[in-house]
Amino acid sequence: MIAFIKKRTPFSLKSQPGFGLIAGLCFLMLYAPIITLVVYSFNAGKYISPWEGFSLQWYVAAWENEAVQDATIRSLFLAVQAGVYSTILATMAALGTTRTRPFRGLMAIYAMINQPLMVPEIVTAVALLILFAMIKSLTGIQGMFYLVLAHTAFCIPFAYLPIRARLEGMDLNLETAAADLYATPWKTFWRVTLPLLFPGIIAGSMLAFVISLDDVVITEFIKSSGQETLPTYMLGQLRRVVTPEINAISTVLLGLSISVVCLLFIVERRSRK
Amino acid sequence: MRNSKATSDPVGDMQRSRTKKNWLLSAPALVVLAAASSGPLLIVLVYSFLSAGEYSGVVWKFSTDAWFNVVFFRDIFDGTTSFADAHITILWRSVRLSFITTIITLAVGFPTAYFIATRPRRNRSLWLFLITVPFWTNLLIRTFAILEVIRNEGLINIGLQMIGVIDKPIQMLYTDFAIMVGMTYVYLPLMVLPLYASMERLNFSLVEAAYDLYATRHKVLRRIIIPLVKPGVIAGSILVFIPSLGAFVTPRVLGGGKKMMLGNLIELQFGAGRNWPLGAALSVTLLTLVMAALLMYVRTTQGNNAGSVR
Repeated sequence: MIAFIKKRTPFSLKSQPGFGLIAGLCFLMLYAPIITLVVYSFNAGKYISPWEGFSLQWYVAAWENEAVQDATIRSLFLAVQAGVYSTILATMAALGTTRTRPFRGLMAIYAMINQPLMVPEIVTAVALLILFAMIKSLTGIQGMFYLVLAHTAFCIPFAYLPIRARLEGMDLNLETAAADLYATPWKTFWRVTLPLLFPGIIAGSMLAFVISLDDVVITEFIKSSGQETLPTYMLGQLRRVVTPEINAISTVLLGLSISVVCLLFIVERRSRK
Repeated sequence: MRNSKATSDPVGDMQRSRTKKNWLLSAPALVVLAAASSGPLLIVLVYSFLSAGEYSGVVWKFSTDAWFNVVFFRDIFDGTTSFADAHITILWRSVRLSFITTIITLAVGFPTAYFIATRPRRNRSLWLFLITVPFWTNLLIRTFAILEVIRNEGLINIGLQMIGVIDKPIQMLYTDFAIMVGMTYVYLPLMVLPLYASMERLNFSLVEAAYDLYATRHKVLRRIIIPLVKPGVIAGSILVFIPSLGAFVTPRVLGGGKKMMLGNLIELQFGAGRNWPLGAALSVTLLTLVMAALLMYVRTTQGNNAGSVR
């Protein structure tokens, strides 16, 4: 088929032999395991394979499992908080680093903001484990505060990057025009900058939400007992014989992440038009 | 600033006075990051020079034992010193598997990025989107998906048995191979994205010129395309190599505690190993390796902006 098309079309500048095939295999490789996982979540059998017929029983089982309910609520609570806080901090930081003239410390600020992307998660996890253990033994303060703080910190660069990109692409003349018309800096910000920045803020907050929702390593290290999130619960379950219940939970979580990312894609396309 | 005007201009004045202290807006973010990300790294460094507590934690007494134990092993009975084989094996496995993973993702990612970059412009963002979707989904779930495919009762073994190539399943799970497959799978998007970013800017008139001069397709690839997208190749390789080196979830799920990588060894010291200083020393080791890789990257791409991804 491919050879047939090649014969008919004139010499193509861009084609390279075998590249299309490898790309096809790459997409297959990316999606086949995920699709398999989703398909087996509907398995009626007691184990993940063999396939024993269609059933929704594992979704019901997951829904009724109190540990899962508990972890889901905690995960969402954490992701919403970390998403909101990190987006506010990242928006301020993005304004601070783009609406300024370049100066010496700017590179240091960039490095600091992007630092969670560079340091291996396991190292940050260990560092926070030590720090929080110290604070806990000194003050005796317990609770979700530690998780929220840690999640907010590593979500900042993910929220920061799209917001900064949006700010850099923004036409500064609009802000100048507002100032020309005697708007105060504060008014200019609320009426001009912020509305223009909105798509970036949406994108940033969604990414932060997804990143927090998916985190395993840092949460696994710093959670106290009884603070399971959905990913750490799943990691714990993988040690045992896994039932399709894990597939069902995975499918729901996948669905959530993918719909957020799809939404992001659509928002981005719209804002570009 | 793009629209700076004469000093007598009030708008320009306002803009300028605003910009001076604007960086302070980033202060709250920097404080949070210092408290819960960069600052704690210093504590790890301090901990690596303390003595291990009896059950867990540390005793506040200076000691270089932890660093000694990273590579050496002192026998508690006869006091002889030898290399800590287990640690060296794990260190070597981490570096080796990360390197192989980088090569494979490059071999698969290069043609894929090229394929996307040569699609009609309006279709490209959709293809790119298909690459990024798995990246934004949970790493643990993707690793679990790979586990289901390669385990003894998984798709590959059952498929091979059905067509009669093998009569009993091949043990793939809990091997180095499994970890390598898993890391290739989870980090592949990190290779494709920077590669695509540099291929998108590829000037095809250079390719055309090469063909005019009777270059073969292979020659065009080797002499024109690859040199031009080299910054993307380097950026992608770094982006895959670094998280592979620090991988924790993938080797834990697919290596099953038998085949450990550096990340798992660190966890072990903070868990069952009860040797926090050693764990801290290993963390600093990992961090140093990562920083060395980053520094090499910065050196090779000085003045080049190909590193920007996301």
